Amino acid sequence: MKLAASIHRKLPVQAAIAAVVIVILVASAKAIDTDLFSLAGNLDQMGVVFSKLASPDWSYLPKVLPAVAETLQMAITGTILGAAAAIPIAFLATAPMTGSRLLSTIVRGFLNIIRTVPDLLLAALFVAVVGIGLFTGMLAIAVFTFGVVSKLVYEAIDTIDQGPVESLTAVGATRTHVARYAVVPQILPNMISYTLYAFEINVRASTVLGYVGAGGVGVTLQASMGLMRYDRVSVIIISIFVVVLAIDAFSAWARRRLL
Amino acid sequence: MAVKELRPPLAGKPRLSLGRILTIIAVVSVVVWAFAGIGWVRIGSSWSLVLGAIVRGFLHPDWGYVEDGTSEDLLSLLLLTLAIAFCGTVIAVLGAAPLAFLAATRPGRRRAPVPVATGIFFTIVRTFPEIVLAVIFVKMVGPGPFAGALAIGVHTIGMLGRLYAEEIEKLDVGPDQSMVAVGATRAQILIYSQLPRLIPQFLSLALNRFEIAVRSAAILGIVGAGGIGTPIIFAVASRSWDRVGIILIGVVIMVSLIDWISGMLRRRLR
Repeated sequence: MKLAASIHRKLPVQAAIAAVVIVILVASAKAIDTDLFSLAGNLDQMGVVFSKLASPDWSYLPKVLPAVAETLQMAITGTILGAAAAIPIAFLATAPMTGSRLLSTIVRGFLNIIRTVPDLLLAALFVAVVGIGLFTGMLAIAVFTFGVVSKLVYEAIDTIDQGPVESLTAVGATRTHVARYAVVPQILPNMISYTLYAFEINVRASTVLGYVGAGGVGVTLQASMGLMRYDRVSVIIISIFVVVLAIDAFSAWARRRLL
Repeated sequence: MAVKELRPPLAGKPRLSLGRILTIIAVVSVVVWAFAGIGWVRIGSSWSLVLGAIVRGFLHPDWGYVEDGTSEDLLSLLLLTLAIAFCGTVIAVLGAAPLAFLAATRPGRRRAPVPVATGIFFTIVRTFPEIVLAVIFVKMVGPGPFAGALAIGVHTIGMLGRLYAEEIEKLDVGPDQSMVAVGATRAQILIYSQLPRLIPQFLSLALNRFEIAVRSAAILGIVGAGGIGTPIIFAVASRSWDRVGIILIGVVIMVSLIDWISGMLRRRLR
């Protein structure tokens, strides 16, 4: 690190940035009616909630486990469908693969829009179209995965080693051949890794999709929250916690095995 | 293992060992189980009608909702959503930065129980669904944006804390050792050697989490935690698709804008 980069030389700039941040913070805090006294005044409420959370009602576990299994089914199928749809689109989003800069720009714009829609909102829309249930959750997760994985894959295609591509083009391979023999082998490990990454996110996301009617443990969670049965909520959260940790461990193991 | 990694990508299929076959069977049966459990037949029969109504609504969004002079229109609620995300992120940074120093294991500082305990705390907070946190805070401080900011803040502490701890662990110890050698105190090392290298990384990660917080803030209104989520859920429930359409357009523009600005700032921080 150069001396010029140390905090002394940059102090005026940093003070200015800090001032801007503080101004935004004060404005935001005003906008959201920050009331620290209400927080302090209701600490006993928090105590009540947490004391119930601390004594889980284990007799509820047999009801929770099938819902957790459903959630996993939703996450697995959604991830597979979303990732499968993402791969051809990712090829369309890269100019060297399509031969048209316009087409790839349009595809990228479309993918950007899909990625900005929050997953719960997607689920709420799908609930309206196809009704409540696991199928809806699967669709929402598939679309969400599609957005995440397609971006990661087209970025991977952007940064591959161009050597094999040039060699194949030089001997007269078609674009399909280049994609199959020069691009896919290079991005295959990345693709698997990204799909696992999306799967980890999806397991977390799928646990709350039931909140808008998309099936899984979220439905049970919402019901227990509505009844203020925090002892049941606690069982549900512990189950989610165990599943999420197990999936993360599995995903780390699978990544080591495959790469 | 090293030989396997050197294998060129096209050098034939990997050998089929017993373990590999068992793994494939296990994966295939899990996938079959998952697809079998979805319940494909339960799709409503009126889906084409509903889809048609949604498409019509989206093609003719309710422009009058963008600004109607009250504090309940689209623009004010989008700004409120941003305010929730910003306050949440600030709460998270203030909480995560000091805790990350406890969670990081650095050479020469052996206090194993503290890093392990802090790491477990981060994991628990991170796994707690944000919407459950929002419901708990709605109970505590009443429905409104403040509850949303607290939920995002607490959830993001778990996320940022781990990332910050990783940044601290990655720090080169050279400058710290030089300062120890000339007799600097621990506070001086922190201020003159560690913080100048950490702050750009911390800010960059905070901006990234802010982008995610904006998406969360847009939906937490579903449980009464303020922002644009409340009108979304009302509009979906009352099937006013023109209203849903304009809100969706607003959310997409807001999120894209924030991602773009934040991306620019993060490139400057590098």
